[in-house]
This record gives sequence, structure tokens and C-alpha cells, in this order.
Amino acid sequence: DKQDIDKQYVGFATLPNQVHRKSVKKGFDFTLMVAGESGLGKSTLVHSLFLTDLYKDRKLLSAEERISQTVEILKHTVDIEEKGVKLKLTIVDTPGFGDAVNNTECWKPITDYVDQQFEQYFRDESGLNRKNIQDNRVHCCLYFISPFGHGLRPVDVGFMKALHEKVNIVPLIAKADCLVPSEIRKLKERIREEIDKFGIHVYQFPECDSDEDEDFKQQDRELKESAPFAVIGSNTVVEAKGQRVRGRLYPWGIVEVENQAHCDFVKLRNMLIRTHMHDLKDVTCDVHYENYRAHCIQQMTSKLTQDSRMESPIPILPLPTPDAETEKLIRMKDEELRRMQEMLQRMKQQMQDQ
Amino acid sequence: MASSEVARHLKRENIRSLTMSGHVGFESLPDQLVNRSIQQGFCFNILCVGETGIGKSTLIDTLFNTNFEDYESSHFCPNVKLKAQTYELQESNVRLKLTIVNTVGFGDQINKEESYQPIVDYIDAQFEAYLQEELKIKRSLFTYHDSRIHVCLYFISPTGHSLKTLDLLTMKNLDSKVNIIPVIAKADTVSKTELQEFKIKLMSELVSNGVQIYQFPTDDDTIAKDNAAMNGLLPFAVVGSMDAVKVGNKVVKARQYPWGVVQVENENHCDFVKLREMLICTNMEDLREQTHTRHYELYRRCKLEEMGFTDVGPENKPVSLQETYEAKRHEFHGERQRKEEEMKQMFVQRVKEKEAILKEAERELQAKFEHLKRLHQEERMKLEEKRRLLEEEIIAFSKKKATSEIFHSQSFLATGSNLRKDKDRKNSNFL
Repeated sequence: DKQDIDKQYVGFATLPNQVHRKSVKKGFDFTLMVAGESGLGKSTLVHSLFLTDLYKDRKLLSAEERISQTVEILKHTVDIEEKGVKLKLTIVDTPGFGDAVNNTECWKPITDYVDQQFEQYFRDESGLNRKNIQDNRVHCCLYFISPFGHGLRPVDVGFMKALHEKVNIVPLIAKADCLVPSEIRKLKERIREEIDKFGIHVYQFPECDSDEDEDFKQQDRELKESAPFAVIGSNTVVEAKGQRVRGRLYPWGIVEVENQAHCDFVKLRNMLIRTHMHDLKDVTCDVHYENYRAHCIQQMTSKLTQDSRMESPIPILPLPTPDAETEKLIRMKDEELRRMQEMLQRMKQQMQDQ
Repeated sequence: MASSEVARHLKRENIRSLTMSGHVGFESLPDQLVNRSIQQGFCFNILCVGETGIGKSTLIDTLFNTNFEDYESSHFCPNVKLKAQTYELQESNVRLKLTIVNTVGFGDQINKEESYQPIVDYIDAQFEAYLQEELKIKRSLFTYHDSRIHVCLYFISPTGHSLKTLDLLTMKNLDSKVNIIPVIAKADTVSKTELQEFKIKLMSELVSNGVQIYQFPTDDDTIAKDNAAMNGLLPFAVVGSMDAVKVGNKVVKARQYPWGVVQVENENHCDFVKLREMLICTNMEDLREQTHTRHYELYRRCKLEEMGFTDVGPENKPVSLQETYEAKRHEFHGERQRKEEEMKQMFVQRVKEKEAILKEAERELQAKFEHLKRLHQEERMKLEEKRRLLEEEIIAFSKKKATSEIFHSQSFLATGSNLRKDKDRKNSNFL
């Protein structure tokens, strides 16, 4: 009966639509970091992913100049729009990483940068006026592994271990057009083994719900099994089989960037932009940032109990409930304080009486 | 040399050039030389410098069309090492003793400042071994296995941008010791247009940093043209593979990709054939000669100068090796004498000092001994005295005891009453 149905209908099924509408109005932002030795095709890949040239006025250094170069952090921000959805995309570049002769701790400027963004957000979040907080935290880091070796190198391990608890790391095999399919399989296996062996925590794709359809689950499985993605990038369009495609022209054939049989570019693009972009942001907020924040607060409070005269630069929010050990310590210290105070009182009395 | 130059040279030396009236036959000299060298066999040593996994072993396998045994190295070696393997190859009637030296762990360390040093040390060690053999009294250069490096293939990573900092540093330290032929490895990842720009960039970087790479010789008319053309195509972009792939109705060495097949010996695909031509077919002998006459001689000169040998004495008169050697020997001898004297003196001095110390100690010990002895004597006398007194007391006491006992027994006998006894007891107590 229609009347019955009307009575049963409440209307909150439209919530997703409302969320959609509001988010379109608000717009999105995403910060992507790219890291790896120079010459691995990072800028070409970024160009292919977002179909815009962010590096028009880039100047490449010669080998001589790079001998004692330090690692820089360069930010490029662009506003792009697609079907009414606005995205403020920030690419964080790390020129100089791994290029010097002595690369000891060359990832330090990068970890410092990531921490700085966390600190900035922490301050903003704890401030009084929180209307226009800018989120500059790094949501994802694409790390480019050289395809010319047998697997990870010491500098790769060093970088990933320094950043895996601060940012979502997505490792990629760069310039994959120098590997035949059997070599790609072998290299992927080797890299997966080494990532396990060295205890590196790369970004894990979330499990899909058990009530999703088989197609989706199959796609999800394929995605997980292809990691790390073997990618090829190109900023030129070539003619292949009568069509104009993004690709690289060789005397022996044409590599098509968007051909899934040639490389995993499409998988990377879908994962990064079409399906997992928001999950990357969520993991950054819920896991990496929270870790940073908890660590920060712990450090500050331990410092405060040592030196109570210190002014805290940030207003302290209520402490989490201390555990039994700390409670005992606190009680003991309280007792001691009380006894000392009593003694002081008595001495004062005595002096007065005299 | 051109014929006019030869003529001028002969004129200077007062040598007349004559024409013969018939066929003598010494035109067979080169053939005799060739026969001898074929009998001897040839020796060639290649050093491959490049990052782990860049394709050094594969390229050598492809160049010599042989599967030399090799295994993958780890990326986690703490230092750069060199691994040498020697093989005997034969093609028609020519025997080749080929030594392949590979770097292990090059480019993997986080701090690569010392990476080039083991390579330089290895090359110097081979020169040193040869020099030692040359300087021996009883030497056998004819049968000596020459391990000096004749060519260094430097593998450049195909980034498409420029040299890596490590490449620049390493090549600058090697160019005066070995013939360097740079190659672009895994060139099937660089497209044709990129390759042009890349080669130009690489060569300009090498030139602007003063790195001397090996130039194919252009003094021999028969090969000058080809060599000059090849010099302009450096660095060679190479692809290596021992996999056989069927292309059309032929089976060739190639790499099979989903988008096409890269044929190693196809000159449109890569410069492998050019490298093989230049390295093995045309200029192998020149590489050996350059190593011996240029690089080895430089090493030898520097080493001998270090040791103090010169060709020209203090008055700018030529000095023979023997004179210099004698002078050096004399110097060393004198030096040794002096040092011996010095040590002798020092030894004597030390002995004297030690003796004095020991004597002093002995004296002290003696004094102590005397002192203790005296004390001991005194103690003994005192003790003797005490004993004497004690003995006297004992004697006195026992005398008294004896008398009292006699008295006691006498009085007891005399009276039999208890009263007496009590009195005695009292008396005895009193006593």
C-alpha cells in the first residue's frame, strides 16, 4: 500500500548524496611525494598520472654539480578540475636524493619535512581559531626503485625504514620497459621478500568487504598481487595501431603506457586516484598523524613533570588515564610532598614559639 | 708514418734508402711474427666496472658467445671487491687466454667516496707484478702470464639524463691507468631520440671534466676511416642477451618484450655489433699495445721515481740505472750502519741504567737485612733474659714447695689430732 510505504520511508538514504554534494562544493586536496634517484622517470610518471606538466621550467644539474648536492624539498601545487570536482594537488619533489657520492642519512631532510607538516597541523588543530586549517600533510609517497639491479639497495632500505611510520609508502619499479615479463615477476618477488625481511611497512590496500561482488574481489586480488607496480611513464603521444596513445617509440615496437599487458601504470593510476585516494588520506590522518601526535604529547608531558616552570607552547589537552605504575609513582611523590610540608609547618611553629 | 717522414728520419740518421734488384723475401716477416704469436697464444684482460645488476656478465657472455659461469651478487656488500676469472677460448687456430675482472658491490653502498679505490689498487697491483718480473735478475717474460688490464668497459646507467656522480669520480681516477671504453648499459630502455641527446650530454660531461677515454686509433690508413666514425658514436649503447628468440625464420639472440623483440645483433636496435667490431675484431691488439707502452710505462716511471731513480743526474748528465742503483745501495748501507750504531748505543745505555738500578736495590736490601738482623738479636737477648728470670722463679718456687711439703708431712706425723691439722691448714694457708 503506497501510504504504508510513505509512512515507512524516513529519508536518510539520501545521506550519501548529501555527502557527495557537500564534498564537491568543498573540493579536495591531496599531497603526493615522489622520491628516488634521479633519472628513474619520476617527473614523467607524475605527468602521465595527472596529465599536466608541472615541471616546465625544470633545470637538471650535471654530474659535477651533483657531487656534493644536498637534498632539496620542492613543492608544486596545481588546481585541477574534472566534472565539477576540484582537486588541489600538491606534488612534493625531492631532487638530489641518492645522487651524491656520500648519501649518508640523505633522507633526513625528507623526514624533517614530513614531521614539520605534522607539527604544523598539530598546532593548527590545537589552536583557538580552527576555521581554515590547511592540510599540508603528505598523504602518499611514491618510492621509485631502480629496475637495473636485483632488488632493493641499501639506500632504498634506509629511506623506507626512516619513513614507513610517518607516511604511506607505495614502492614502484621504475622504467619497467627494460624488463621482460619473467624478469618483472622475479624482481617483484625479490622486492616483496626483501620488504618482509627488512621489516618495512609499506601501504597495505584495505581488505574489501565480504559482500562485494566477485568481479570486484577479483580486481582487488589482482591489485594486491601486482605490488610493487612496474610502471612506465611517457609525456609523448605516438601512433599505434591507428590510434593515438601515450607511449614510447622504439625501433622494435611501441610501449603503450595504458596497456595493461605492457606495464602496471593503469593499476597504479586507478589505485592512487580512482579508488584509494581517500583511503590514503584516511590512513595518514588516523594512523600516521595520530602516532605523531601521541608521541609528541608524551614527550611534552614528560618534559613538564621534570620542569614545572616551563611554559607549554601548545595548550595541553586532558591526559590519557595513566597506568598503574605511574599512579603509584604519583601517589608516592604526593606523600613525600605532604610530609615535607608538614615538617616545614612544624619548623615554622617552633621558630614562632621561640 | 708517411713515406716522406720516413725519408726525413732516415736522412737524419745517415741511413740511405736503397732499392733492391730482385725479390729477397723479407716481406714474410709479418707472417713469421703472426705464426709466432699464434703459437704463443694471445692474452687479453677485460675489466668491467658497473653497478650490481647492470648487465656486465651478460654483455661479456654475449660478446664472446659463451656462457661463462656467474651468479647474481647481493646489493648489500659493505665494500667494493673485484673478482677475476680466466678462461681459455679458441677460434679457428687462435688461442685466447681471456681474463674477466668484474666489480662486486660497486654503487651499492650509501657512502661511495672510497668505491673507486679497490679498482685503482687492483690495476696498480697487476702493473706492480709485471714490474717486479721485469726487474728480476732471472726473469721469464716470455712465459709470464700478463695480468695487466688491457681495457676497462665502464657501464653507464641508462638514466637518460647524464653521468652519475660516482661515474665521474671513478673515471677520473682510472683514465690515466687503463683504456676506458664507456658503454650505455641496458640501452633498450632509451628511445632513439633520447639516445642521441644522452650520448651528446655524456661526451660533453666527460670532455668538460677532462676524462680521457680510449680513442680508436686513426693512424693506420686501412682502419682509420672506420675508427674515426666509431669514435663519433661513443659511448656505445648496448644490449646483452644469450636468450634465443625466433624472428621470422631465423633464431637470433634477443630480448622478447610484449611490444616487440630487441635483437642484439641488429644495428638499428643497438650498438652491440659496433662494440664487438671495435673491441675484438679491429683494435684488440692496439689496446694491448697502449696498455704496455702508455699506461704501464707511466706507472713504472712514477714508481721508480718514487724509489729515487732518475734518468738525469744533478749536473744534468745522464745517469745510468746501475749508477743510481749503486748510489742508492750505498746510501741504504750507510743508513743501516748508522741505525745499527744508534741501537747499539741505546742498548748499552739501557743496560748501564738497569745495572745501576739493580745495584741500588741490592744495597737497600742489604741495609734492610742488617737492620732486621740487629732487631732480631736484640729481641732474642731480651727473651733470653726473660727466660732466665722465669727459670729462677720456677726454681725458687719448687724449692719452697718442697720445703713446705716436708714440713707438712713432719707435723702430721708428730701429732695425730685434727686441731693440729686445722692449725696447719691455717699455717699452710698463711704460708
